[in-house]
Amino acid sequence: MGSVYRARDLHFPNVVKLVAVKEMINQAPDPLVRQTIVQNFEREANILVALAHPSIPKIFDYFTHDDRSYLVLEHVNGKDLEAVLNESQGFMPEEQVISWAVELCDVLEYLHGHKPEPIIFRDMKPSNVMVNVQNHIVLVDFGIAKIFKSGQKGTMIGTEGYSPPEQYRGDATPLADIYALGATLHHILSRKDPRLEAPFTFSERPIRQSNPAVSPDFETVINTALQYNPQDRFQSAAAMKEALLAVAKKTGALSKMSIQSAPMVSEQTIKPLWTFKCEDEIRGSAVYDNGIIYLGAYDNNLYAINATDGSFIWKYPTGGGIVSRPTIFDGVVYFGSEDSKLYALNSRTGKLIWDFGTGGPIRCSPRVAEGHIFVGSDDGYLHVINISTYQRAWQVDAGSIIRSSPFITNNLVYFGCDSGEVFCVDFRGQIKWRFKAKRAVTSSPLVDQGVVYFASLDSTFCAVDARSGWAIWRFRMGKGSVSSPCKADNLAFIGSADGNIYCIEVGNAKEIWRFRTEHQVSGSPIIYKDSVYCGSADGNLYCLEYRTGRLRWKFDTGGAITATPTIYNNIVYIGSVDHILYALIA
Amino acid sequence: MIKHFRRLFEKKKPVSMGVETAPLSPEQLQTVTVVCTECKPPQLLVGSAQSVGKQRDQNEDTLLALNAVISDGDTGLPFGIFIVADGMGGHQHGEIASGVAARSMAEYLIKKLYGPLYGANSEPQNDSLHEIMEKAVHEAQQIVTRKAPGGGTTLTAAIVIGEQVTLAHVGDTRAYFIYPDGRIQIMTQDHSLVRRLVELGQLTEEEAAVHPQRNVLYRAVGQVEPFQPDINTYLLPHPGYMMLCSDGLWGVVTQAEIFKIITSQPNPVLACHELIEAANNAGGPDNISALLVQYIN
Repeated sequence: MGSVYRARDLHFPNVVKLVAVKEMINQAPDPLVRQTIVQNFEREANILVALAHPSIPKIFDYFTHDDRSYLVLEHVNGKDLEAVLNESQGFMPEEQVISWAVELCDVLEYLHGHKPEPIIFRDMKPSNVMVNVQNHIVLVDFGIAKIFKSGQKGTMIGTEGYSPPEQYRGDATPLADIYALGATLHHILSRKDPRLEAPFTFSERPIRQSNPAVSPDFETVINTALQYNPQDRFQSAAAMKEALLAVAKKTGALSKMSIQSAPMVSEQTIKPLWTFKCEDEIRGSAVYDNGIIYLGAYDNNLYAINATDGSFIWKYPTGGGIVSRPTIFDGVVYFGSEDSKLYALNSRTGKLIWDFGTGGPIRCSPRVAEGHIFVGSDDGYLHVINISTYQRAWQVDAGSIIRSSPFITNNLVYFGCDSGEVFCVDFRGQIKWRFKAKRAVTSSPLVDQGVVYFASLDSTFCAVDARSGWAIWRFRMGKGSVSSPCKADNLAFIGSADGNIYCIEVGNAKEIWRFRTEHQVSGSPIIYKDSVYCGSADGNLYCLEYRTGRLRWKFDTGGAITATPTIYNNIVYIGSVDHILYALIA
Repeated sequence: MIKHFRRLFEKKKPVSMGVETAPLSPEQLQTVTVVCTECKPPQLLVGSAQSVGKQRDQNEDTLLALNAVISDGDTGLPFGIFIVADGMGGHQHGEIASGVAARSMAEYLIKKLYGPLYGANSEPQNDSLHEIMEKAVHEAQQIVTRKAPGGGTTLTAAIVIGEQVTLAHVGDTRAYFIYPDGRIQIMTQDHSLVRRLVELGQLTEEEAAVHPQRNVLYRAVGQVEPFQPDINTYLLPHPGYMMLCSDGLWGVVTQAEIFKIITSQPNPVLACHELIEAANNAGGPDNISALLVQYIN
């Protein structure tokens, strides 16, 4: 539509006086319309030239030449807020934004108080707000350029982002400027560009959700400015300024206290139903079957524990640590050990039925399907063993360590390995496709509705088409992950070494929420009723509302949690590196 | 008209017996769609239809469909690119905008997806489907800005690989999922200002219908401000249909009627034809485009 030039005023040859020259091009084809546009321009210039406020650039001159009109303005040495936002990394400090907001209210108060008619700025947005080198606000681009926009017919494009609903009915009032100021502040604080979102959705994107450092009081002021109904907003810029000053006073005093809201139940009130102590760390997950919890530990034993009271039933010693989750099928408990063997025990007595040796430690959890056991080993093979003959039926050479547990569905097997490859093989051991992540995939894939979900140490959480192996999306996390995803409704959940538990919408890979723990999340989340349960290396088991990520409760064990919780009949079973298995009420 | 259409199809019948190329006669298609309990390889049945409407002189809609299947004993993988675009800004190259947007998008997707997926050297892929879709929309954006300055277009594009469909969407063309049990779901969100105002209760439906800015989109390919297309992946309904269409259809034909037409016609081609007829019978105020995809397995 036009350009702004930085120019030098040659009336003052001995000094450098810089001015800004705004050029507007008159594109209207009809001569009468062209004339009206020029007249409107000159009228507006005459209004603006009479204004005197430190936040409004002075107008020195205006003129029209051919199809172009020019406005000569005070040159503002500084940057507009959009540039400031783009060039900065983190969030702006609240004190800084409040001081700019107060100045903006002040200049709006001046404009709205103009006689005989109030002046409506109409176009408050970060790119129209300059911050000069003294860190003061200057408003630029007084809607004047709008005169030059020709009317279009039919379907049109128009992203406003900052304007209130009523402005689209043609109502431009002082209250519209207040809304747009609220929208501008929302953008600056949350770093979420409203032009990229559906219009009027500020209330769906609370500032404190993306930037918890903002005080609730400041957020309230902005929310008031952003009300849909003009009568619910501040009724004047002066009123908004008052509210902002009150916040500034209050947060100055209370800044130390504005921390995250407290959990709904404090951890002290949670008492385990029972505990069971092993002789070494528990890193693997438990399985529940018929009143019994089966659990392996670093003390080389597989334990059978009474799920009701935590009493010992039997244990079976292997030659190595057990870090995977046992599988129960038909009265037999199957599990692998770091002594390289897969064991099959009678689940009632704990007596060995058979075992099967692989070429390396087993850290993968076995799965049962179609009369076979599928288990990966550090020897780089996925072994498939016939349950009735105890013989290997076939194997797949993955070429590197397999710690990711296979997922079996529709006669296809999906698993990852340390080379970063994820395989899809059929029941003859034929590779249907392979997907390559940049680093190891220890995470166990989840296949749901034709999509495979897993994480990699390359910091991505991936969704891959189960049929073709084509990546559908990648979600980037702060660090790699060995956590295995779970899913509820259209949401997927996963932990990461960056300390977060993430909730991602599966259709579009949008982050719905993240919950920050104090250490790496190597364990996997699971869903039970309307909560997600997940342990962290910070020692806590977290129970979060799965739609919002709000903390329901947490329970501090004495050591890191790397296991996935097991929940049955409203009881959570979780082992910890402090050697203890805890049974808690979900 | 419809009789003429059927005749057209039936004439081909003796020719198409034993010949493997489309179009198949409605009877043949019916055997595929209804009688077959399992169809190998799984494939897509596609229909499309377009009309300038009854009140406009110029067609500014573009529709594009590419349907492929591969089956080598190991994999059976249908693949499709489907695009509907509705150009805007009549005196500012609306018809150019929708055309170049759809073509450049398809070109990009063929290069990035069709080649690697169906080619002899299926290379490792660096980009995810969502990244490819986003870049494809970006390509469309670049070319619209260059070839149709001041013009713009909506864009609803679908990539089908196997059972999954990934939709990229900008504007107010729509994608629907239609299930034989009676469900009909809009899978895209209109980027329409007035729609948004109605949702917020700021406008009534009556006010919206006559609002001077009822045709204003807050997001379109060709706009100056930066934007992000909506990109989503879904399981393609099967049994069922996916329909892409311009507002010339959904603005005048009710969902119930759309459902009735689609489920009562023997194949997607005739269904699309009937949909366009219905829109024209309702006044045909705008260009009408409809694209219907049925997944058969």
